[in-house]
Amino acid sequence: MKGFSYLRAASAEEASRAAQQAGAMLLAGGTTLLDLAKCGVTEPDTVVDITRLAGLDTINVGEGGLTIGALATMSAVADHPEVKAQFPAIAQSLSLAASAQLRNMATIGGNLLQRTRCAYFRDPQAFPACNKRNPGSGCSALGGVTRNHAVLGTSEKCIASYPGDLAVALAAFDAVVDLGTRQVPVDDFFLPYGEAPERETLLQPGEIIRGITVPASVAARQSVYLKVRDRQSYEFAAASAAVGLELEADGRTVRDIRVALGGVATKPWRALAVEQALIGKALDADLVRSASRLSMEGAVSYGDNAYKIELAPRVVARAILQLAPSLGDLA
Amino acid sequence: MTRTIHLTLDINGQRHELDVEPRVTLLDALREHLGLTGTKKGCDQGQCGACTCHVDGKRVLSCLTLAAQAEGRQVTTIEGLAGPNGELHPVQSAFIEHDAFQCGYCTPGQIMSAVACIREGHAGSDEEIREYMSGNLCRCGAYNSIVTAVREAAEMA
Repeated sequence: MKGFSYLRAASAEEASRAAQQAGAMLLAGGTTLLDLAKCGVTEPDTVVDITRLAGLDTINVGEGGLTIGALATMSAVADHPEVKAQFPAIAQSLSLAASAQLRNMATIGGNLLQRTRCAYFRDPQAFPACNKRNPGSGCSALGGVTRNHAVLGTSEKCIASYPGDLAVALAAFDAVVDLGTRQVPVDDFFLPYGEAPERETLLQPGEIIRGITVPASVAARQSVYLKVRDRQSYEFAAASAAVGLELEADGRTVRDIRVALGGVATKPWRALAVEQALIGKALDADLVRSASRLSMEGAVSYGDNAYKIELAPRVVARAILQLAPSLGDLA
Repeated sequence: MTRTIHLTLDINGQRHELDVEPRVTLLDALREHLGLTGTKKGCDQGQCGACTCHVDGKRVLSCLTLAAQAEGRQVTTIEGLAGPNGELHPVQSAFIEHDAFQCGYCTPGQIMSAVACIREGHAGSDEEIREYMSGNLCRCGAYNSIVTAVREAAEMA
């Protein structure tokens, strides 16, 4: 790890000013920054520690919804009784991610900004070509081992997948990222890697995530995060789905549904086509399965990752059917 | 060469002063600067859990924590677990009782993680123990005995 200087910010303003300097990077939980510094992917000149900033680690569940400070840890949110009750998919997306140690360290703001697990991106010595690290240098993943790469939102420039779980749940429930001077919907905040791989979010130099708000909804309260992966625990998603479902009084007709996918795309992927195909319809298992296939509209496989195009719609369908107990054993 | 910074760390209830480069992790500060080699370096990249210690009572990975981040916090390592007269912590005793290790390299991390796992209330069943201990790898594969040791220590706590 290359040497750097260390600044412990006393205020958000100080942190913001320092972070605008070339070569400066913000440090919160450190689980991404220090990992990538050890890989040689990030080489900060100055690390600006924001963990001592006061008042940014609160978690509030009120009538309007959920507010999470950027410095709240993953474990604090995952274990919060009201988050578990009112926003189960959000709590589950966090408790199914990483390990207990990492969840105690990693913050919510940093979690959103975690970088892809693309093995080529993470190994600059062996694979100098990476449009994300070095725009215009090419993509080493194309023609390589692509089992964990994206099938949605890709281009010949980059096929890396967004690795996070929380942001998938946030995308499903219309969360907004608080940047202090502006509020940005999660879906706008993340940019698909395929277009300009070096630019992953709308964040400008010096901008700091202050928190996240998620509006209350019946769908968010009746939600699930389903994560399918190669190991039972401590593994990134092969495919995941955040789903929320509100049914009419008949227990069968869809009043509101939210669907977002993880592990398959270059950003947290909201599947509006699936939602639109099911709103107002009476659910049955066949309809759910055919509608779930719409989540893969525009999907492109790169060889090893072709299985995701088959797997992801099944994960979506299973998540929807889990939320519709009236359909009984159809799930 | 980056300028060194002066840090005061509280480790196992003792105050330590040290001058280190800002890039020095808590793990390297413990092992290379303070001679506390009980905390192990496995992957040094946040994937194996061998370096697990407690900061303000919570289990964290010392390989992904800067020493500077630990300033003003209470750090507990495996060396700080036993009682004042050397009596073993119940989790340490349970690991010996159930042969919950083979080569022993991951053991300090396993034990620090298990102590926190029990304290968090995440050791209610074998399934829950396996889930909440998944951040600690054991390449000898002593998992069955580790789960038994954690379960027994949790039942006694």
